Amino acid sequence: MALPAHITATAAGATSRQPVYALVGNPNCGKSTLFNALTGLKQKIGNYPGVTVEKKVGTAYSQHGQPITVIDLPGTYSLAARSPDEAVTRDVLLGRRADTAQPDRILCIVDATNLERNLYLVHQILDLGRPVILVLNMMDLAARSGLEINVDQLEKLLGIPVIACEAIHQRGLIELKLAMSRADLPLARHAWTVPAAIAPAVSEIAAALVEGDRKSPLVARAEALLLLTDQDSVRVAGSTPLSPRTTEILRAWQSRWTQEGTDWAGTLVSSRYDAIGALAAEVVQLRTEVGPSTSDKIDAIVTHALWGWVVLGAVMTLLFFSIFTLAESPMNWIDGHVAALSDTIKSAMPPGDLRDLITDGAIGGVGGVLIFLPQILILFFFIGLLESTGYMARAAFIMDRLMSRVGLNGKSFIPMLSSYACAIPGIMATRTIEDPKDRLVTILVAPLMSCSARLPVYLLMIAALVPGERVPVFTKVGIMLFMYALGTAGAFFFAWLFKRTLLKGEPPLMIMELPPYRLPGFKDVALHMLERAWIFVRRAGTVILGISIILWFLSAYPKAPEGSTPTAQLAQSFAGRAGHAIEPLIKPIGFDWQIGIGLISSFAAREVFVSTMGVVFNAESADENTAPLRTALLSAKWPDGRTLFTPLVCFTLMIFYVFAMQCMSTIAVVKRETNGWKWPIFQTLYMTGTAWILSFMVYQGGRALGF
Amino acid sequence: MASASLISLSQLPVGANATLRDFPKAGTAFLRLREMGLLAGTTLTLVRTAPMGDPIEIKVRGYHLTLRKSEADHILVEPAA
Ligand SMILES: Nc1nc2c(ncn2[C@@H]2O[C@H](COP(=O)(O)OP(=O)(O)OP(=O)(O)O)[C@@H](O)[C@H]2O)c(=O)[nH]1
Ligand SMILES: [Mg+2]
Repeated sequence: MALPAHITATAAGATSRQPVYALVGNPNCGKSTLFNALTGLKQKIGNYPGVTVEKKVGTAYSQHGQPITVIDLPGTYSLAARSPDEAVTRDVLLGRRADTAQPDRILCIVDATNLERNLYLVHQILDLGRPVILVLNMMDLAARSGLEINVDQLEKLLGIPVIACEAIHQRGLIELKLAMSRADLPLARHAWTVPAAIAPAVSEIAAALVEGDRKSPLVARAEALLLLTDQDSVRVAGSTPLSPRTTEILRAWQSRWTQEGTDWAGTLVSSRYDAIGALAAEVVQLRTEVGPSTSDKIDAIVTHALWGWVVLGAVMTLLFFSIFTLAESPMNWIDGHVAALSDTIKSAMPPGDLRDLITDGAIGGVGGVLIFLPQILILFFFIGLLESTGYMARAAFIMDRLMSRVGLNGKSFIPMLSSYACAIPGIMATRTIEDPKDRLVTILVAPLMSCSARLPVYLLMIAALVPGERVPVFTKVGIMLFMYALGTAGAFFFAWLFKRTLLKGEPPLMIMELPPYRLPGFKDVALHMLERAWIFVRRAGTVILGISIILWFLSAYPKAPEGSTPTAQLAQSFAGRAGHAIEPLIKPIGFDWQIGIGLISSFAAREVFVSTMGVVFNAESADENTAPLRTALLSAKWPDGRTLFTPLVCFTLMIFYVFAMQCMSTIAVVKRETNGWKWPIFQTLYMTGTAWILSFMVYQGGRALGF
Repeated sequence: MASASLISLSQLPVGANATLRDFPKAGTAFLRLREMGLLAGTTLTLVRTAPMGDPIEIKVRGYHLTLRKSEADHILVEPAA
């Protein structure tokens, strides 16, 4: 049968176009868990609100193998967005993101244990007039807390598919996929009458949005309702300002209501909750009253006035203690193999530049960083535990008072804690902070929290500082804790300073949900840990390998005259010249030009310091056997014969690394998150300046005291 | 409704139940709280206060929420008998 060309084209277009589903719901209701189950991807999940802060697109396959596009979104309580992460969700749903197709269908995920609050967002979404599938997640927990939910009844009342599900146990997925691949999803029977006092305003504003702002009629009505939920229209309009006409109409209504004393926003919210309350009364039944939950019992200790601090302290001490004790033997094992590999090559190849490039450049550089893999794994394991149990939110709860002293809130503590792993996810996590100034302050101070890339530097310096095997492990743990504490104190101090001077503002809000504790999903923690480990190894194999090789060339060329000492060769090389160039700047803080080379290369990534020291000092010792880097460092001397790495210098160097901003990737992320170069430049200068000044004080002070 | 029986949420003793009666109509915090289901007539329980006395933790509509005393000061509740 011959069809006119335009019909075949549209028909083909319609079938080849994959349906696009957006996953929407309150924070921490299990969206990313479900997304991972549907797509097989590995989005980060954690038991606290605000884990996901950016959209992520993936592909799921229906029971018949048809591809379906799925978008994971940050959680939100309302479409009237209050923070940058919520704005991402709002903008994707309302089709305002140029880089994302507007989702044509919506997967609303609700936490079944907490139906009423979760349905508020669903209620707003039903206004959008798109096909919606409702997923009741966490049915296991609902059952455990004695709730019985009549799914069929809910489906009948809403008129849309309702699927009971346990994302974490992959239960309900087949039913969900079947619903998702239905061609004919019904629209909701969205029986909700806008309160009479507000209805005329809604239609007038919606009309203005259609005419003045060129919105489609359905979106316009939903947006009009949102505009009337909030006193600040920017929260709904986002970066696309409303047309003057719409603004004028909105203002007129608002001032009229203000005069009449009508609480318009409140009326809208209450009428939605009234509708939800009626719905919930029909479908939810509390079968059995359950006593205080396990969460309550745990919280009685964890947030106790005294025990709370003991627990916090114990967790931190245990973390650092494990880093020093548990990591010891795997570390020696890696070290032994790296050295053996190096030695094999040394004996197998004739001496020459190529051999040196492989052993000193490539193996020395990469191996020097790789041996810290066990410690990195332990650090990420602990952070993973904190994130997946729900302790993160409690830490924010406990710390809020302290944070308020410096003008921030407990929520800023979560990005700061994440920065112990790496400042980049930490800075991303600031998207959950409502106030732009508070967010900026948190971004500015987050890199002061010692990240995992500093760990190798600290460990190397602690090894050089207290070389004896007989030194009790607690001394080492103590030094390490001191460095972490120093960075944290620095972050608090600068937050206080910036809030007082540059970024003055209101005391921030602290409104946060405390999720129930969950047993850590060891599989998730392990997966996340392995993923981070893999990133670390990959970095060692690519970036650090590259830098080490470049560094080797820069330190091997240009060649000094035949027969010069290795030190003369290094001094004469490009790297040596650069080191010499900054020596006047760093001599006052006790560093020579060779350490200077390390400082410069650290600006690519901090852990490169360790590989640089490997290249610089192993090249110098140039013997046939690869000595542990620590020994090489300890035998390094100033030209006048003084020891270079005195305990004081090792200590000063750690202080420098606590404060200095030496990470290209962080600078790039700060630039993106603050939309410009101003703040990353400021941050680099203030951090590195502080590092220098403090190092100067410590070094000169230490010398004066005779160290 | 006797207004004498109303106290602010921050004055509610730990463990006590109460019914929310009134809070300010404007302000980011109160709009957010409202959208999270704190409305006139909603019942809540004060679960605990943080180690340093602030913020507080309440249980409302089956979930736990933390907010600062500076906001709780403005929320009027009627303690359950
Ligand atoms: N018991 C139970 N726990 C679940 C279920 N689904 C998810 N979880 C847990 O709920 C927590 C939150 O899961 P996420 O997938 O990170 O939640 P999210 O909605 O993506 O959260 P945000 O990204 O912060 O908005 C995690 O600790 C999950 O392990 C479920 O069906 N049952
Ligand atoms: Mg998520």
